[in-house]
Amino acid sequence: MKARAFAYVRPRTLEEAHAAFAAADGDASFISGGQSLVPALAMRLQAPQVLVDLAGVDALRGVHLDGDVLRIGALTRHADALTDPLIRRHAPLLAAAAPFVAHPAIRNRGTLGGSVALADPASEFPAMMLAMGAEMEISGDAGLRRVPADEYFLDLYQTAIEPGEILVALHVPAAGPHACCAFDEMARRRGDYAMVGGGLMAERDGDALRAVRIALFSVGPTPVRARGAEAALEGRAPDADTIAAAQRALDGDIDPMDDAEVPAAMRRHLARVLLGRLIRKLEADQ
Amino acid sequence: MNAPLAFDRPGRPSPEGAEHAPASGRHVGAPLPRPNAKRLLAGRGAYVSDLKLPRMLHAAFVRAPFAHARIVRIGLDAARAAPGVVLVATGEDLAKLCTPWVGTLDHFKGMKSAPQLPLPLERVTWSGQAVVAVVAESRAAAEDAAELVEVGYEELPVLADLDTALAPDAPRIAPGFADNICFRSVVETGEVDDAFAAAAHVVEADMAFGRHTGVTLEPRALIADFDASERRLTVHHATQTPFQFQDLYARHYGLPEARVRVVAPDVGGSFGIKLHVYHEDMAVIGLSMLAGRPVKYVADRLEAFVSDIHARDHRVRARAALDANGRLIAIAAEDETAIGPFSTYPRTSAVEGNQVIRLIGAPYRLDAYRGDLKVVFQNKTQTSQYRAVGHPIACAVTEHLMDRAAARLGLDPFDIRARNLIPDDAYPCASATGYRFEKLSHEACLARLKGLMDYDRLRAEQAELRARGVHRGIGIAAFVEITNPTPAFYGVGGARISAQDGAVIAITPSGEVRCTISVTEQGQGTEAIIGQIVADYLGVPQEVVRVITGDTETTPHGGATWACRGAGIGGETALQAAKKLKANVLKVAAAILQAQPGDLDLVDGQVVAASGGAARLSLAEVARIAFFRSDTLPPGTDAQLTVAHHFAPSGYPFAFTNGIHGCHVEVDAETGLVKILRHFVVEDCGRIINPLLVDEQVRGGVVQGLGAAFFEECRYDGNGQLLNGSLADYLVPMACEMPDIAIAHMETPTKDTELGAKGCGEAGTAAASAAALNAVNDALAPLGAVLTQIPMTPARILTALGAF
Repeated sequence: MKARAFAYVRPRTLEEAHAAFAAADGDASFISGGQSLVPALAMRLQAPQVLVDLAGVDALRGVHLDGDVLRIGALTRHADALTDPLIRRHAPLLAAAAPFVAHPAIRNRGTLGGSVALADPASEFPAMMLAMGAEMEISGDAGLRRVPADEYFLDLYQTAIEPGEILVALHVPAAGPHACCAFDEMARRRGDYAMVGGGLMAERDGDALRAVRIALFSVGPTPVRARGAEAALEGRAPDADTIAAAQRALDGDIDPMDDAEVPAAMRRHLARVLLGRLIRKLEADQ
Repeated sequence: MNAPLAFDRPGRPSPEGAEHAPASGRHVGAPLPRPNAKRLLAGRGAYVSDLKLPRMLHAAFVRAPFAHARIVRIGLDAARAAPGVVLVATGEDLAKLCTPWVGTLDHFKGMKSAPQLPLPLERVTWSGQAVVAVVAESRAAAEDAAELVEVGYEELPVLADLDTALAPDAPRIAPGFADNICFRSVVETGEVDDAFAAAAHVVEADMAFGRHTGVTLEPRALIADFDASERRLTVHHATQTPFQFQDLYARHYGLPEARVRVVAPDVGGSFGIKLHVYHEDMAVIGLSMLAGRPVKYVADRLEAFVSDIHARDHRVRARAALDANGRLIAIAAEDETAIGPFSTYPRTSAVEGNQVIRLIGAPYRLDAYRGDLKVVFQNKTQTSQYRAVGHPIACAVTEHLMDRAAARLGLDPFDIRARNLIPDDAYPCASATGYRFEKLSHEACLARLKGLMDYDRLRAEQAELRARGVHRGIGIAAFVEITNPTPAFYGVGGARISAQDGAVIAITPSGEVRCTISVTEQGQGTEAIIGQIVADYLGVPQEVVRVITGDTETTPHGGATWACRGAGIGGETALQAAKKLKANVLKVAAAILQAQPGDLDLVDGQVVAASGGAARLSLAEVARIAFFRSDTLPPGTDAQLTVAHHFAPSGYPFAFTNGIHGCHVEVDAETGLVKILRHFVVEDCGRIINPLLVDEQVRGGVVQGLGAAFFEECRYDGNGQLLNGSLADYLVPMACEMPDIAIAHMETPTKDTELGAKGCGEAGTAAASAAALNAVNDALAPLGAVLTQIPMTPARILTALGAF
């Protein structure tokens, strides 16, 4: 289990990083925390000629509040999502999801940008971008551009990031005073990829929930917005009937894959259970 | 039954065992830490993968992508031309050096298995089988070149499940075979059919047990170093059984045994994985011969999943007959077990199933029994002995039937077991399958478990929580474990696997002690307990005893470590050697002191007066005189300060141990996830040498049993492709999911040895999955669901509940 030989470059700026990629005629991979890429290299599932390490690019670092948007640099570690005061305050759903992401050793190296760029459909953070309505800031030939989460996830491991482009930062709308959120997942073992997981963001308006956004993962080739369930909850107090209606609506939101460990019908069942638990969690936290 | 029992005191000899207690011992029975633990923790371990020999090369293997295919073409030119490549070898190259092997034992009548070679000549028979070996200056270079090897295949029909393989018109696993059955065995005692016909109650179950594997922390690893100038082979090998491999390498490569040395340095776990012949390992010996240089091979984790032996994989149909009082009167069981494309060498793939049909019902009084075993070939990774061989299957079948019977009769699980366990005063006796039991303690263990679990409180809590929609379950499972095998296990079958062990103990010139012994260490503390025994029975502090294991050149020949024989057989060997040496020491001391040896004793490194204990002379002084001033000894003094001793058990064919587990779980009926709240074990491994290490063995074993119960399973598709061959997809039990494990001990020493120890390494694994299965079923009972398959995955639990 040894990687094929590759060249290694460690640029200091985005321009240098793009130049290094271009110089490899496209046969290059960007690496940040390496928690997915390094195993893939060792197993020879990927074998680029050049590895472009983004760790030295300062433009990818830092967490700042800019008005009512939290800018999270792509190199921010998973572990920071647990401890960074700005993330905890303004992106509480990320902080709620972080303990479920793998194990401390992985969280200490893995980066939020790396996770969102890879877009593993079973990962927590990409789905939370969807739930939070984040925008992904991407650096490419034409400079910087921003892509809303709803347009970012295209297919299995496919995002709006084009070959040679770099995810620079995640722009998360800061949670307002009436915001509430909940995260949960169902995994065989703590830290495993979940059978089903999801996050919910909403604004409280008296007993009612508004601006409900729900994103699920491990239910298809990409993270999925549960728009039907959102609509069922929107503007209502989440009583038992409303929850049941949202659970029914969820069936139309997802089209889960079938496998022997978790058949599609079981994923649908678990997603319904999960949705109910997310809402109850929300209410319990009130 | 609830009165405190005299022998229920961990670490102390029972009244019955008092005759075994050493006069001056303070080590045996004490919870002493392993002397080697700190070194390993400090990162100073030297495992095979740490070793670098001069001029060492590395091997990588090209593996079959199909479960069954004919090899039609092999193209090696590009690989041979690749940078750093020294040698590329095929099955033909190695067949010129290595004779074939066949994985059968003579006492398994009618057993069949095709001959095997290091690499195949014509056909691959499982996906992941090594086909071509590449040897290069580095592992990375070898893997680069392996990608350039071209192998053309013609796919053949695959046997990927039991029904396909057992069909009359099934393709045969090997040319000329009449069927795909490796071994068939029927055990029958008493009037089984009459008993079922007369029974007041009959319960039955169809059960399934997943295939899993060992997942040792350190994977398989070896370095073969063939020196052509002397025709001498040295193999540094992460193995449990160096002597077995010395013999196998010598015989299959045509070398004199004395010129083959196998060294097992630090070994990172074994669990039975590291005592079988692996094709890559045999190939590496030949590769070193061809290259004339040392060749290293370390199986990486992906290779481990397709080449380490797999285990279990049973389908059992079982029935139990009971009378109106809940007395068990008969059991009948059919076990069909799926193995690989051949039987593993040299211990076969039939022992697992053989033990299943012989251990079913073993804790209970039972007059009529029929067990019917079919061991069936598959195009999958080979299977063989893994921790608690066959026990978890036999235990789960028996204990599931007991719980079904209890439910049918409206009895509590403790009650039905109390009615049926072999009474503690019934020994010696035999099981319905012919196993002879010297003395077991089922009733005492059952009573102790009830107290340990606080059973009545758990039941009350369960009822209260059920009312609130929380589904907790309690399961118990009694077991019998086979340890300390005599030659009845392998020797009678023609395998050159020793049932004896040997030790050489010497006093050094400084008065310290050096013990070389044939049992081996893989992290379980073998060296620690041998040191404790030598210290007590010789009469020295343990700190001065150096125990050396794992080298065929420097330690006496012996069976080494398997079937929980290290303590019982290795320990008795060390004990007898230490006593012999003590007698010699006292003879020399008596000569020096002009006393009678019988008037002296050796205590804590001092020769003392046997009566009164007054210090007379230090052992160091005895050694100084014997080694450097023998001229001062009386003429004719025979100063033999090195002794050798060999010991093989010769009484009962096996030393059986017993115990009982309890498991407490909470099932999430919406998700199928199970939280294991607590696990309980009461076990009786005879005399306890080190309670700390016994508890570690029990806990580790329980975790592996719970792994089988909830997580571990090698899943194959219909084409014989392993679907989850990585640690991302194959779930091993992890600390977060494991409960606290409460352990209590009974001590019923065997009288076959002076030490009185039996084995304890498999007690944890033997019954943990059965207890967990019963616990989950207890939790699900009010919901009308029953599970008869492990691992109990969320999908299986939700399916049983009809949740989706």
